[in-house]
Amino acid sequence: MLEINDLHAGIGDREILKGISLSVKAGEIHAVMGPNGSGKSTLAQVLAGNPSYEVTRGTVSYNGQNLLEMAPEVRAQNGIFLAFQYPVEIPGVSNAYFLRSAYNEIRKANGQEEVDPLEFLDLVEEKLKLVDMDETLLSRSVNHGFSGGEKKRNEIFQMAVLSPRLAILDETDSGLDIDALRIVAEGVNKLRSPENATIVVTHYQRLLNYIVPDYVHVLANGRIVKSGGKELALELEEKGYDWLQGAGAGAGAVA
Amino acid sequence: MKGARENPAAATAGAAGKSGASSVTTRAPGSIEVYREDFERKMSGPDWLRALRKEGMARFQTLGFPTTKNEDWHFTSVAPIAERTFRLAPLGVGGVKRADLARFDFGENGWHTLVFMNGAFSEELSSNAVLGNGVRVSSLAQAINSGTPSIERHLGKIAAFEQHTFTALNTAFISDGTYIELAADTVVEQPIHLVFVSEGEGVSHPRNLIVAGRHSRATVIESYVSLRDSGYFTNAVTEISLGEGAHLDHYKLQRESEKAFHVGTVQIREARDSQLHSFSLAVGGSLARTNIYTSLDGDAATCTLNGLYLTDGTQHVDNQTSIEHIAPNCPSHELYKGVLDGRSHGVFNGKVFVHPEAQKTDGKQSNNNLLLSPTARVDTKPQLEIFADDVKSTHGATVGRLDDVAMFYLNSRGIGPETARMLLTYAFAADVLETIPLVPLREQLERMVLARLADEV
Repeated sequence: MLEINDLHAGIGDREILKGISLSVKAGEIHAVMGPNGSGKSTLAQVLAGNPSYEVTRGTVSYNGQNLLEMAPEVRAQNGIFLAFQYPVEIPGVSNAYFLRSAYNEIRKANGQEEVDPLEFLDLVEEKLKLVDMDETLLSRSVNHGFSGGEKKRNEIFQMAVLSPRLAILDETDSGLDIDALRIVAEGVNKLRSPENATIVVTHYQRLLNYIVPDYVHVLANGRIVKSGGKELALELEEKGYDWLQGAGAGAGAVA
Repeated sequence: MKGARENPAAATAGAAGKSGASSVTTRAPGSIEVYREDFERKMSGPDWLRALRKEGMARFQTLGFPTTKNEDWHFTSVAPIAERTFRLAPLGVGGVKRADLARFDFGENGWHTLVFMNGAFSEELSSNAVLGNGVRVSSLAQAINSGTPSIERHLGKIAAFEQHTFTALNTAFISDGTYIELAADTVVEQPIHLVFVSEGEGVSHPRNLIVAGRHSRATVIESYVSLRDSGYFTNAVTEISLGEGAHLDHYKLQRESEKAFHVGTVQIREARDSQLHSFSLAVGGSLARTNIYTSLDGDAATCTLNGLYLTDGTQHVDNQTSIEHIAPNCPSHELYKGVLDGRSHGVFNGKVFVHPEAQKTDGKQSNNNLLLSPTARVDTKPQLEIFADDVKSTHGATVGRLDDVAMFYLNSRGIGPETARMLLTYAFAADVLETIPLVPLREQLERMVLARLADEV
């Protein structure tokens, strides 16, 4: 589904990703772990097409297409979803309007008919239950005045509605208490299917107790320094990241 | 603030628009003589009105058109108006039918609507609703002819014209407009809609007078519209007297043609415990200026002045407000928002004067602007002058562009840049529209703003 090969990217003159290669197949869950500043979030943003980042080298192919040539909205229309580490507040636009616009844009791009507000409401009701939120969420402005936990649940709710083929969760667990974490993880697990893949970007092993990955990759200084099975996450929890820092050959620290 | 006045660049936000040279206005004696001629041709009415009109004409001739050296017109050159010759617009409806005006209606059940063609009342285009007892709504010309005493008492007394040349000019040509009188304790549930339709290349000077008695309540909407894209000039003045405890919701909707010139002044005096809720929309005109001036004369009078301006192309749209806190214990709230695209130029000048006796004043003012293009420009000047010592007051102005992070967030959900831009722009404008208590009007304006934004992208 996703083939990343020698990906280099950064902001301005600062290179953050220094040669990432990663292969993700349908049905798999990959965890990308690493200390602060290792480039985890940059990888997530670059895959979603954030124009603030410049890709300087390497290729990313998504279902045989050149992902890097696709505009962010085209990536979304082709099934990529990024759950933001810091979901953006948009006062004045209701969640319902926002999400229905997104849903319909994606349907339109895939040659499907748009749904009207009533149909849409039917459709989202069960998805709300998935993240344990009630209908008032729909009439509130997008993330405006939401608590940290509500914002993260709203991301998972959006993911549930848009049902992506490749979901990228960028530190969705950070700042969540254990109950919220469980809700978010259950949401992700329910959406798991043999056709879909998920990349879970996280700093802590904690989330991986609930979302069990097939593969774990450790990022340091813009490179993947170790890959393994789910046991690797436990090892990291025990030993910390320090023992791996040296593995990124000649890499300097990234702020 | 003083420095800012002397150096326009210091108070200018956004990209520079016109060059400095074009901002110097010349008096055009030629065009003033044309106004004089038309003034003399159209002299009629009772003695007191003739006297008032003469005063207006004399004052207009003395003041002439303002230049940008005039502090009130610092960012707006009226040269395009001053240098053109506008004859009084012809009377008559010119083949316009009621159905042509349906698109300017609000609400489903037909509001009480007075229609004016080029400033003159048209019975055939107007429609009546049942307003109940204690309210009188008629054309100003009819009310003057029938010798209504309260008109003489108020007309020309609220809208000062010593310093305001366009009000002086309007006063010189007072002939028609709307007269609304509310008896004490009268509550009018139905909104009263005044529709000023302009056509051709002439000038009209609509004059409205609203006298609201003690504890009366009403909603009045003034719409300034056109059916064609003509270069006429509307110079409107509305005077409003709010008695003790009276409550007026007033809407001024400036939707003139893109080639038109518009100067509209609404001036209010508020007695003790009265409430004014004013909303001003400005989307039309090539050169447009709206003045909303209120004076909180009595203890605990309140006002809310909100507004929205949307500009594009080469439009120049100027909004000036003034709140005079004369009496103590008066809260005032003001929120104006502007969305500027193309090479358009927006201006906001909000003055709040707190007089020495106006203790316990609570004034809040803000003006927020969104620039959608690198060549759009806005000048904003919140102005606060406080002469009392026990006052709570905040004011602020912002000028910004669309947020890249929010843009990417929408894009990442499959929403393309054009729709995302529209959504974010609409969201910016939405909170001021949400303050409109009249639901059918609010919904229609929301649709109108959305349609206009969708049109632009």
